Amino acid sequence: MQTKEPGLHGSSEVAERVSHSATSDRPYKIVLKGAAFFFGAVVLIFVWSVLHAAWPALKQNGYHLITGTSWVAGGNGPFGAFSLILDTLITTLIALLIAVPIGISSALALLFLVPPKFRTLGASLVELLAAVPSVVYGLWGLWYLTPWLSHTVQPFLAGLTGSNFPFNGPQEGFSLLLAGIVLSVMILPTIVAISRDVISVVPADLIEGGLSLGATRSQVFTKVILPTSKIGIMGAIVLGAGRALGETIAVAMVIGSNIQMPHSLFSTGGTLASTIATEFGDASGNTGAALAALALILMLITASVNAFARVLTNRAKASA
Amino acid sequence: MEVVTTKTEVTTNMATTKNKIAMQLKDVSVAFSGRTAVRDVTFDVEEKKVTSLIGPSGSGKTTLLRSLNRLHDLTKGAVVEGQILLGDTDVYNDKLPTTLLRSRIGMVFQRPNPFPTMSIYDNVVSGLRFNGIKKKSLLDEAVESSLIAAALWDSVKGRLKNGGTTLSGGEQQRLCIARALAVEPEILLMDEPTSSLDPISTKAIEDLMGELKNRVTIVIVTHNMQQAARVSDNCAFLLMGDDRAGELIEFAETTKIFNNPSDPRTLDYIQGRFG
Amino acid sequence: MTDLLTQLPPDPIYDRRKQIQERAAATIRRRTFLSRTYIATLMGCFILALIPLGSVIYALINKGIATVSWTFLTALPTQPNLVQQDAIGGIGNAILGTIVIDLLAGFVAVPIGVLLGLYLSEATSRVANILRAITEIMTGLPSILLGVFAYEYVVVPMKQFSGLAGVVALGVLMVPVIAKSSEISFRGVPSTLREAGLALGARDSKIAKSVTLPVAAPGVITGVLLSLARAMGETAPILLVVGASGVWDFNPLHPMSALPLLTYNYSGSQYPSQRAAAWGVALALVTMILILSLTARIVSARMRREKR
Repeated sequence: MQTKEPGLHGSSEVAERVSHSATSDRPYKIVLKGAAFFFGAVVLIFVWSVLHAAWPALKQNGYHLITGTSWVAGGNGPFGAFSLILDTLITTLIALLIAVPIGISSALALLFLVPPKFRTLGASLVELLAAVPSVVYGLWGLWYLTPWLSHTVQPFLAGLTGSNFPFNGPQEGFSLLLAGIVLSVMILPTIVAISRDVISVVPADLIEGGLSLGATRSQVFTKVILPTSKIGIMGAIVLGAGRALGETIAVAMVIGSNIQMPHSLFSTGGTLASTIATEFGDASGNTGAALAALALILMLITASVNAFARVLTNRAKASA
Repeated sequence: MEVVTTKTEVTTNMATTKNKIAMQLKDVSVAFSGRTAVRDVTFDVEEKKVTSLIGPSGSGKTTLLRSLNRLHDLTKGAVVEGQILLGDTDVYNDKLPTTLLRSRIGMVFQRPNPFPTMSIYDNVVSGLRFNGIKKKSLLDEAVESSLIAAALWDSVKGRLKNGGTTLSGGEQQRLCIARALAVEPEILLMDEPTSSLDPISTKAIEDLMGELKNRVTIVIVTHNMQQAARVSDNCAFLLMGDDRAGELIEFAETTKIFNNPSDPRTLDYIQGRFG
Repeated sequence: MTDLLTQLPPDPIYDRRKQIQERAAATIRRRTFLSRTYIATLMGCFILALIPLGSVIYALINKGIATVSWTFLTALPTQPNLVQQDAIGGIGNAILGTIVIDLLAGFVAVPIGVLLGLYLSEATSRVANILRAITEIMTGLPSILLGVFAYEYVVVPMKQFSGLAGVVALGVLMVPVIAKSSEISFRGVPSTLREAGLALGARDSKIAKSVTLPVAAPGVITGVLLSLARAMGETAPILLVVGASGVWDFNPLHPMSALPLLTYNYSGSQYPSQRAAAWGVALALVTMILILSLTARIVSARMRREKR
């Protein structure tokens, strides 16, 4: 049974005929298949290596690995990553809450509002955001955002809720909130680029149809363009989330060093990824395996999220 | 009985005086990106009649049509000269928001373009909602009235919640017609509305136009002159001149254009010598 | 006459039209205001999105240039101590290490990645689809996980940190990225060209060599250079595995230094001089990445032009 990817027919149909032709070329096919299967094998070994390294910690802690809350670095356990998982989810959520509206708006602006001669420049600038390595974002967050947060943003937010949840606690700058903000900047280019791709294929017919009925421009955006691109935009969001979940270095540099159950957005802590990075160096005893277990959890989460994003983008492509 | 007789008198009187003019074009020229697409067009669009714009490709018919509801504004470097009057209103008057203008002039496009994420019901009322009408009773009334006028009511009345794209091509085009009608425009512009449809759907829509014109004035662009002969009351023939800009060669009642045209170029086109 | 007109039956359409026009006119000001506000917000968000970029670039230039000098770029690092707090030395070996690791990773990843991309662009079997899915998922995988992998399979057996481990980690990182962009370039080759090759009786490999590869080359090369640029900036995969080094070293079997790693370490240093120097390191890193990215674009533009 042959399955075909939607929208990618042309050359693979030719290729099918090529591969069935009488002058079939075995060495060529062997080389290609060899490279492909070699990589597949590497992936399997990679997955196995993480599993293998995590195994002692799995045996030691069982499902408490996910539900337990004690995490003492360098110790011998028991290890519970619940607070780490929470921190991962919280920072990703903050990043999405900031980057999604700004990202989609930027995509719309780039496609429809920016004067045509500035459009490539604008797009290049957003791409430039993606070229900055994460360690530089961490450095920037460390030097520029930390004081801004502790002097301006955190007091302001605390004022909104009377120093109650979720803006309670010490205002040191280093926090889940800061990590979320830095993450939002880092996933912004992903969301903008994919949203742009998706929105740009909305047929002009639909836009003109809306306008010809007397719709205002904002009505065309909100009632025609965005609903039509909804699935693809969801794919962009999920991909952005995938990136945020796995981002390591920038988060490690701004999230603080004290791992605890998050009691506020100002709490310090560690995500799954950042904890692996910060504690691997001093990993002794059972910590090494515990960190590998974190890697395993992270791998499972990000693989599922990426797979889901793939399903969404394929569906969006199919209905285009 | 007396009332009836009196009414006939009234209508007859109205027939002998000049028919009301829905739209006037005076020395209209339309250009984009520095290139003139059509120039010096002058004619009147009679109310409650079908006026067709015919001519070979490149003669600027579609560009002219799109300048009537200012959709042409979207084109790069769009310039419109001359005067286009909708009733007493100058279409290009800066004081009139294009959104209000377009609620008085509806448009049907070459390929059916129902909104894919909306149901049939929502598609039909989309124009009303855009213009700020929310009252359910008004919307329901408009849905029924427009779908009946588009000869679609009987086949879809049981599935108004279904998606707009679940219909066949011809039905989708009629859905678009209903959608345009729901806003009760004074004029309905149709840009080659049947060119992407099969012959049966085409005929259905041509028949529809005969009834629709009692409700709205229709201006239709068609590259199919037999269609123009079948459906239109008045006809404007455009042709690309030597300067590569379209110009109005002749404007008259359809019967005259097709049986006894004044201009030899019109005769050539009718007889199929080019286009 | 007017009496007669009022006796005409009411026209529901005319009434409805009037109602609609009244409602439209009544709401037009609000609708236009909402539309303008919405549009302004969209533009505002776009400008907001560019602010962090401006801030980062400003910081890099402002703080980075202050610490960068020829000595800085070419000397070996020195360790500040309580007496000589400002003696940070240079980052020369880190630049070398970055180049060595990145290039070696490229040597490994490019052949496999391009071949994988070619395979994925041609094969349609179930297995191929699974491999395609795996490749795509791997492109989005957190790079720290590859560091764990390299640790287990290179550092542990070798019983030491090494540049080689970094090469392995970055190599596995780069393969799916190169494969994906190559696949897209290969699929972009018009099928008519390949059919022509078929019609002439050419073998698959010949078609690939003389038709597919040349046509797709600009895209493939751009993809390769861009993934090299990206790998250059990665800290996480090499953090766990390359250790640290203070000497000039071409040998990947030894621990090595690298720019992203140095930035990370300096940023958390106890010495203010090293913390400030982190910006110089960052500037050097970003400059190298930009040069590579720009080269990628210039090369592909030049190759495309030559084709015409």
